[in-house]
Formats: sequence, structure tokens, C-alpha cells
Amino acid sequence: MNWLKELIHPSPILLGNGKSIQPKRSPSVIIVPIVIFLVLGSAIITEVDLVALFKRGYQFFVMIVRMIPPNWSYYKNVITPLIATIMMSVIGTLLGAILSLPLAFLSANNIIKNKWFLNINRGAFSIFRTLPVLVYALVFRFIFGPGAFAGTLAIGLFTWTIMTKMLYELIETVDMGPFEAIESSGASRLKAFRVAIIPQILGQYISMMLYNFEMNVRSAAILGYVGAGGIGMLMNEKLALREYDKLGLILLFLLLTVYIIESVSRLIRERLN
Amino acid sequence: MSEAVRKKLKEAPKTWILNWIVVFGLAYVVYLSLPYIEFNGIFEQGSIIARNIILGIFKPNLSLLIDFSSKDAVPYLMLETVAIAFLGTLFGAILAIPLAFLSSRNIVPKKATYITTFLIAVIRTFPAFVYGLMFIRVTGPGPFTGVLTLGVSSIGMIAKLYVEFIEDLDKGIIEALDASGCNTIQKIRYGVIPQLMGNFVSTTLYRFEINVKNATILGLIGAGGIGGPIMFALGGYRWNDLGALLIGLVVIVLIIESISVRLRKKLAVGE
Repeated sequence: MNWLKELIHPSPILLGNGKSIQPKRSPSVIIVPIVIFLVLGSAIITEVDLVALFKRGYQFFVMIVRMIPPNWSYYKNVITPLIATIMMSVIGTLLGAILSLPLAFLSANNIIKNKWFLNINRGAFSIFRTLPVLVYALVFRFIFGPGAFAGTLAIGLFTWTIMTKMLYELIETVDMGPFEAIESSGASRLKAFRVAIIPQILGQYISMMLYNFEMNVRSAAILGYVGAGGIGMLMNEKLALREYDKLGLILLFLLLTVYIIESVSRLIRERLN
Repeated sequence: MSEAVRKKLKEAPKTWILNWIVVFGLAYVVYLSLPYIEFNGIFEQGSIIARNIILGIFKPNLSLLIDFSSKDAVPYLMLETVAIAFLGTLFGAILAIPLAFLSSRNIVPKKATYITTFLIAVIRTFPAFVYGLMFIRVTGPGPFTGVLTLGVSSIGMIAKLYVEFIEDLDKGIIEALDASGCNTIQKIRYGVIPQLMGNFVSTTLYRFEINVKNATILGLIGAGGIGGPIMFALGGYRWNDLGALLIGLVVIVLIIESISVRLRKKLAVGE
């Protein structure tokens, strides 16, 4: 048990010049037991069953194997929902991005000085931000009926909440010199914001928009699963009918689309920064 | 306005043409999207449903919200959601480590990283519910399927972020250890792990936050968590239950977010 004692109470190290140093206790003495406790606790709650995983793990690949080769002749049916998915993300992202600008203006602590207003504003929005896009889609589907409109609205609302936070955090880091200069020359706060702050954040604002767009294309694929439009609806159908070769083609198209969008977006973002 | 100011103002770049191009471009995109995103009007009873949802949130089913003994009540569902997200994130993070090292340009040859980077992109593309349906074949419906699903669907993002940290490794430290006679294991222990640990843990915590939110997706396929009951409450028009579940979801996400943000701040500045 010597090593255990050494771990909890390390013995001093004698240096060449005769001084001795007491090494700090390693933080892992506390962290490791906590992590082990959390892992075991979670494993009990989630009914971890490693035996089943090893015994039946090969089943995971059954579906993948059935997707190969993809049913190439099915591509005509994939294009329209794929474009719909992209359009949902485009419009949703635009909607969210445009709406986030005024709200970020009202939530940045270097522009609005009223602490109360700021905290209420941010608090309310941070509650909206906790809800995942899927919950919005579920609710909107019940209100607007199944289809791309509900999905677009869900993406829009979700983007709005996220972009607002990203944007006010960005606004809080800008150089306030021009803003103050313009304000002191008699311009209103809003006008000063437009002239002095927007040009400073515009590049990063567009970069954020693209980043959100990338994320939204991915989540738009999931939204279809609850009937909120796009390619997910088609995936759901093919999964239900067990037409895995067609599902394979859909996933392949999705992979290509996401890859292209990400590459283009990364190129543009690199240039913007 | 003095002459000097007026002169300076005239020098300002004329951006109105560009502005109008952007506005027209955006308008055109919206126009193009119209056939895809049809607005069919509000669903029959849609406005009633909307009102009921909002009323439900303000009048939640209290017996569901504060029942600590039943497994169908909100507190246990919250706990289960966090447990699924925690184990899933850990699982994903562990699987991501080898993948990340294999796609770092300073570890393996550049050509080989193309393969692993592509693999990461493929893993990222599959939507979470597709993984869920694959795992259901293995472990059946239940929270463990949720753990596996979240794990595999987090690999992509975690690995992608890990790669950036690995590629930023300071080689000087490792060379110094090499010069003082350390063997490979010592070099990893004292040269590599301390450089990566903080960032890796921070990334994993960040993904944990996301996974607590994403755990609702698992409800779609019956893989545990608070998502399933939310869907059933919506489908069964049980608005007060829905209110209680949504409040639970918001609370748990806020708690996890604040803990994670605090821990990550600590990791960033050093303990």
C-alpha cells in the first residue's frame, strides 16, 4: 500500500542544494473516484449490458451491409427532398440570423446599460435556448401541420436563440471608440450601432451564419423524422419499409451535400477571418 | 458640417450597389424556396393547440414534476437523461481518441489522414436516429441503446476538435524529454498527456452539454431519456404533463450548462 500513501501524501523531494520540496497532491486523488462513481451510477441507471453488446454487436452492421450497393436508380426521388432540406436550412438560418441582430443589440452590456432590462432579456432567452430544435419541430408540427414549414420555423427559432448569444458576446468585444465618437456627435444609439458596430462585426456575423447553416443542414435531416419536412421524411419512410438500398443512396447524397456545404463554408469563413 | 468633414464623408466607400445586390440575392433565394416550404395555413385547431401548450407550461402537472419515487416522473427522467448523456459522451470521447490521433498530420503521413478524415465525415453525416435504429437491433429499446447512439454520434465532432489540439502539440517539450533520456511511455506521460488533457476534457464537457440536449432525439426511437415522454404527451394532448416535462428539460439543461461552463472556465485558466 506504499504507492497509495505516496499518492495521498507525497513524500518530500530532496534537491541537490540541500533544500527539500513538498510536491503538491495530485488532483486525480479526488477526480478519479468521482468519475468512477459517476460512471458506475450512470451505468446502473442506463442498464448497461455489455454481454448483449458483444454477443449481438454484429447486428449493428447488418443495416449498413444491406445499404450496399445503394439503389442508384432511385436518385430522382431524392433530389427534391434534398433541395427542400437545404432550402429549409437556408431560410431558417436567414430568418434566425436577421432576427438575432436586434435582439443581440438589446442584450449586449456595452450598449444597453440598464442591468435589469439586460438580465431579464438574457434570462428569458437562455430558457428558449435550452430547448433542442427537435422539440420546436414537434410543437410546430402540431400547430402548422406536417411539412417543411414547421421545420423551417423550428430551425429559424433555434438559430435565432443561438445566434443571439453568439452575437451579443461578439458585440461585447468590439472597439467602442467609434461608437462613442458617433454618439457624442449627436447620433442616436441605434444609428451609432449601425455605423460603428455593424461594420466591425459584419465579417464574423456572416461567418457565424455559415456555421449555423452547416449545423442546420444536419439537424434538418433529423427534423423530417418527426414529420417536419425535408429528406428525413423520406428516410423515415424507407426505414419503415426496410428499403435499405434506397436509404443507402439517401445517406450518400446527404453525405455529399454536407461535405460540399462544409467545404465551401469553410473556404468562405477562412477568407472572412 | 465643416468642409473637412464633408470631404471625408465623400471618401466613404460606396456600398449601396453591393447592398442592393445582397438584398436582391436574398430575395431571390427566398423566392426559390417558396415551392419547397409551402405555408398551408395553421393546422386545424393549431391555434388552440398553441394556446394549450403555453397554458400547460404555466400550469404543469405538479404530481409528475415533483414525484421522486416513480420511474415515469420528471426527476427520474432528468436523471436518466443526464446519465445517458454522460456515459454516451464518455464512450464517444474514448472512441474519438485513436481516431483523432490517426487523422493528425503531425502523427501520421498526410495522405493517410485523408482516409481517417473522410471516415470522421462519414460518421458525422449519419443522423443520430439512424444510429439509434441500428443499435436497437443490438440491445433493444432502452436507455443503453441511447448511450451507444449518443456515443457514436458524438465521435465525429469530438474527434474533429481533438485533431486540432493534437496538431497544435508543442514538439519542443517532447524533444526536451527525449534529450533528458525519457522512454516513449514517459514521453507520453509527461510530454503529451499534460498538453492535451485540459483541452480534451473541456471539449468533452462541451459535447456533454450538447448531448444532454440531444438526448431528446433518442425519444424518437424509444431509447430512453425525457424525449419519449415529451412526444407521447404531445401526441396524447396531455398539455399539463407536457408542461412539466418541458420544465424538467429546461431545468436540467440549465444546470448542466452552468456546471460545465464553470468547469471549462477553470480548465482554461488552470486550477
